[in-house]
Amino acid sequence: MTRPGPLLTVRGLSVRFLMPGGRRIAAVTDARFEVASGECLALIGESGCGKSVLASALLGLLPANTETAGSARLGDLDLLTAGERTLARTVRGRRIGLIPQSPAAHLTPLRTVRSQLEETLAELTGVRGRAALREAAERAAQRAAFPPDHLDRHPHQLSGGLAQRAATALALAGDPPLLLADEPTTGLDRPLVERTVDELRRHIEADRDRALLMITHDLAAAERIADRVAVMYAGRIVELADAAAFFGTPGPRHPYSRGLLDALPDRAFTPIPGLPPELGDLPAGCAFAPRCPRADTSCTELPPLAGSVACHHPVRPPVPAATPENARA
Amino acid sequence: MLELRSVTAGYDRRAPVVREASLTLAPGQALGLLGPSGCGKSTLARVAALLHRPDAGTLLLDGTPVRRWRHRAPREQRTAFGVVFQQPRLAADPRLRLADLIAEPLRATGRRDQIPGRVTELAEATGLTPDLLTRRPHEVSDGQLQRACLARALVLRPRILVCDEMTAMLDASTTAALVAAVERYRRETGAALLAVGHDRTLLDRWCDRTLHWHEVARSRADAPT
Repeated sequence: MTRPGPLLTVRGLSVRFLMPGGRRIAAVTDARFEVASGECLALIGESGCGKSVLASALLGLLPANTETAGSARLGDLDLLTAGERTLARTVRGRRIGLIPQSPAAHLTPLRTVRSQLEETLAELTGVRGRAALREAAERAAQRAAFPPDHLDRHPHQLSGGLAQRAATALALAGDPPLLLADEPTTGLDRPLVERTVDELRRHIEADRDRALLMITHDLAAAERIADRVAVMYAGRIVELADAAAFFGTPGPRHPYSRGLLDALPDRAFTPIPGLPPELGDLPAGCAFAPRCPRADTSCTELPPLAGSVACHHPVRPPVPAATPENARA
Repeated sequence: MLELRSVTAGYDRRAPVVREASLTLAPGQALGLLGPSGCGKSTLARVAALLHRPDAGTLLLDGTPVRRWRHRAPREQRTAFGVVFQQPRLAADPRLRLADLIAEPLRATGRRDQIPGRVTELAEATGLTPDLLTRRPHEVSDGQLQRACLARALVLRPRILVCDEMTAMLDASTTAALVAAVERYRRETGAALLAVGHDRTLLDRWCDRTLHWHEVARSRADAPT
């Protein structure tokens, strides 16, 4: 079987917010990654590093005061240059399903889950007729493990876990090949986090033409679900790695990734010293250098993402097989 | 020493959220309280910090029964506690600069003269840089705001710290930094800690002892209907 090319190819993606007084916030700079069918890529990093802005850029949901550069190709379509009409009619819900951060806020509070699901299905799949829609909504609910006897409930009557499943059912309604989950587990307790990511994983395994891009600061959730990991710091992707190698042995190569894992309570539980830099006032060189134990004079120059890591002093020498292009081959 | 004996509390007397909960926090002890979302652990944390009057049961602070809650509690009891909540955005007055947010308890208790010294000390202890202190909450990240909320909780040098899901919204590095700041404070002052959360790995690493909710309170399922 030949493997299809990547579903999503992002090249040189940058996002700038133009602020009053001519200030520019560099939220995302020169992001480059792919997501292949059948895989889950977890985009991880501290809050405020630009991960959610990247997700909004892919969906064309950035506010008016932004400038974007680069490309994000989904098949033959560049998401960054596509117009609002194209995005609204052919992309959102149909080619990319969004699983939002707080599902309870994403659902319409005044309407039952059933009514929202039926409306979405009618819009995205062209199913017509009351009985057919009802049946389609029940099938869609079942696919996301949402109990059919809760379909007539309003969002406030659902627990956090069920609201998450309702949002997932909506995201899957149009059968989109790419699922984009933005912090899907924030505020859920640990057993529910595990169940939620296992269910997301199941949607990728059940249909190998589907892919998942999950944005999260929860490293345990990323470890549980991801095939590959992209680490973001101060708006840049600083490391791309195979998840098993990243979380297990030999471990991450970028000192920042290493610091993040060492902060986990089941590891060293030591914080990275200092704070992330302001995105409006980034240093010219490596943005992590002021917090980095390995920094020296060469770090005043910006390290390119060479192979799989953007660092002048990565923790291990490069392994030839670990470049992003062939890591999944 | 803080003792909760058979505390029943909630927002509707007919359907209490916490039933007959008991726990003891010894001086200097770090106690973790673990339970799933919605079990009532945050309500119990509020009772323990004198922020919510229970429907029944007793609370003893260093052997003295607590009779009044919230702003009616005597100042020396109220200021024995420092509290950090889960969501810093909901716990911070959006109009205050971070320096004023941290200094608020000093102002409220007539200790203005201590403000410059304490704010500088605590900013350093919680890892806040001086440029952040002049910003308002909407100009900082969740992690930075939570650092300020922890500094505020420590400013009156409480004997007991109550951290209710303090790190649930935060990334791993900020979590480790805040826990380290709490532990440094406890080493210096011998303060006790009640840390409420749902992450067993975190609480086991942080606390001397971790109790599960069902060891502390009756579950709602056992309640007579």
